[in-house]
Amino acid sequence: MKALLLKDLLILRRSRLLVGVLVVYPIAIALLIGLAISRAPGKPKVAIVDETPPGQTVQVGSERVPVSRYAEQLFDQVQSVKVPTRSKAFGDVKSGKVLAAVVIPANVAARVGSGLKQAQLEVLYNGNALEQSLVQSQVEAALAQANIGFSEQIQRAASQAIGALLSGRNLGVLGAPDLIGLGQIPGELHGIVARMAPGGDRAALERVESFARFASQNLNLAKNVLSTIGQPIRVKTTLISGRRTPLNTFAVVVAVSVSLMFVCVLLASGGVALEREEHTLARLVRGLVSHSALLAEKALLAAGCSLVLALAMLAGIAAFVALDWSRFGLWLAALALGAAGFAALGVAIGALAREVRAASLLAFLLSLPLAFLALVPSGAVGGGVYDAIGVVSFAFPFKAALQALDAAVNGASPSIGLPLVHLAVLTLVFGALARAGLRQAD
Amino acid sequence: MEGPRPTAVAEPVLSVSGLAKRYGEREALRDVSFDVGPGELVAVVGPNGAGKTTLLSIIAGAQSASAGSVSGPAVAAGAGQIGWAPQQPALYSKLTVRENLRLFARLEEVADADAAVAQMLEQTGLGERADERVQSLSGGNRQRVNVALGLLADPHVLALDEPSSALDPGQRARLWQFVGALAAHGTSVLFSTHHLGEVRRYATRAIVLADGELLFDGAPAALVARGGATDDDFEGAFVAFLGARGH
Repeated sequence: MKALLLKDLLILRRSRLLVGVLVVYPIAIALLIGLAISRAPGKPKVAIVDETPPGQTVQVGSERVPVSRYAEQLFDQVQSVKVPTRSKAFGDVKSGKVLAAVVIPANVAARVGSGLKQAQLEVLYNGNALEQSLVQSQVEAALAQANIGFSEQIQRAASQAIGALLSGRNLGVLGAPDLIGLGQIPGELHGIVARMAPGGDRAALERVESFARFASQNLNLAKNVLSTIGQPIRVKTTLISGRRTPLNTFAVVVAVSVSLMFVCVLLASGGVALEREEHTLARLVRGLVSHSALLAEKALLAAGCSLVLALAMLAGIAAFVALDWSRFGLWLAALALGAAGFAALGVAIGALAREVRAASLLAFLLSLPLAFLALVPSGAVGGGVYDAIGVVSFAFPFKAALQALDAAVNGASPSIGLPLVHLAVLTLVFGALARAGLRQAD
Repeated sequence: MEGPRPTAVAEPVLSVSGLAKRYGEREALRDVSFDVGPGELVAVVGPNGAGKTTLLSIIAGAQSASAGSVSGPAVAAGAGQIGWAPQQPALYSKLTVRENLRLFARLEEVADADAAVAQMLEQTGLGERADERVQSLSGGNRQRVNVALGLLADPHVLALDEPSSALDPGQRARLWQFVGALAAHGTSVLFSTHHLGEVRRYATRAIVLADGELLFDGAPAALVARGGATDDDFEGAFVAFLGARGH
């Protein structure tokens, strides 16, 4: 087997294109994944035209909220570019200098202050449907955040006004009496009514006292209600089971698993098919090498190469994303068993195909949907289809390899033991299929 | 139909007995039996699909028989003692001539692999091209390497499946000179061919197969006589022989 392994390594070394791909591929993928994950999505570059007069405020009771606060809230959510006029903003959007423009009209304060009409902003977009969709969602999210911030300020001002109405206030004028609050009136009236003789004005004052108490209680309630108007529903999340895998490290696991599968399956299937294509298979298995030893050699070579590639990818991505190197032993176990499963699948494909090109095509056509199917979330398709997908994913090594690597790298559930056993069983099954396929070809 | 007349061999190095091979419903070989003695040059001839390649593959151990057996001292000595050059050159095109020879010498556990490689390179006249990759060789030279691989372990029996098919007349002459020398040193050679002139010229014995059945086993001259042709028209005699038996 050693002589065959050395021969295949020599052939691999002389296949410059293949070696080039094997070297460049992990570096390129690691860089792409690393950069994509390490750089948070940037804020959209948006032109903002603030047509409101400087210092304009929205009157809420006795409080005044500056309109500029709204613009500030919006600036926080986007990469803002202040533009003096709507026409300039229009030009900037059209030329692609900015992704969108938001025009805050001059009458925004008057409309908000009127309490009758909603203020209206104008948003300008450009680009194709995909860009528009992306930018629109980003700008709408930014506007929603700004709206929430601004409404909280208005609520605060309204709440303070109601508070002053209930509690009274000091007018700040020397010698002037404090204004009585609505909340104090029932108590004051009650004292006065108690000192009055029954009948006459007393009954009228008792009615006024009742009204004052009712008004005070309801205004107090209105103050509480105000806080729920801006954000009527808040979300509280509870994780029922399993450990959460951060999306970025899960992306790493997916990228490494897919690369491991493609390289391993393609190398293993190509290796076996090459023996057929070169007509050397019959020469080898006529007593020089057993079928099992030949398949084991091809699987070992493919698994070894893909394992090195996967480790190189993880090391490269670790430069961008924090990975827990103390779990390296588990990484190795997951990658080794994953590679074994993929190698067994590869040699089975190679045993069926008669030439390298057919084997490569078959390997590619099988691997690609396997990766997609394993990533389909349960709610995305109907129950029956999801069950069918589950059966297919169970019968091939990709999902088990993904689970094993996710458990190894991120400590995700299910724990690593079960996927490793699953992979070991699949390795034996596909190995046996490969052996049967190769013998059938004799 | 007249049956074959097996040639009596006193001390066979290879005995084929009741050999049969089926591919599903199709019978590629049917009850084929013959012996091969030391130093014999046995030509296996027949029309396309007669079972020549199947017969040589089974003798070489590359295929299993459905029934019957291949036995004798050469078989008992192991796979390396029956050399085999398949119809399609079985070589690694990205390896050099020397690397191909060395790999198979090691796989056949030849005692001194480097010496065996050097000897093969000299015998086949490929010394100057030893370090060229097989993919750059002509069809004829590939066939020479293919034959050389079959000879690495200095086998008692050599099975050559259409060894001269890709060769020009000069290369063919050199091949038969080389094979003749091997036979002179005691190596038994079985070869299949469609060049009937080679059978007449080089074979000491001819075996005729048709539809998997052995129709003739004897000296080429005897086949000519059986075909009812003159000595210089071996091809005519062969065609007449087959025609008389419905092939």
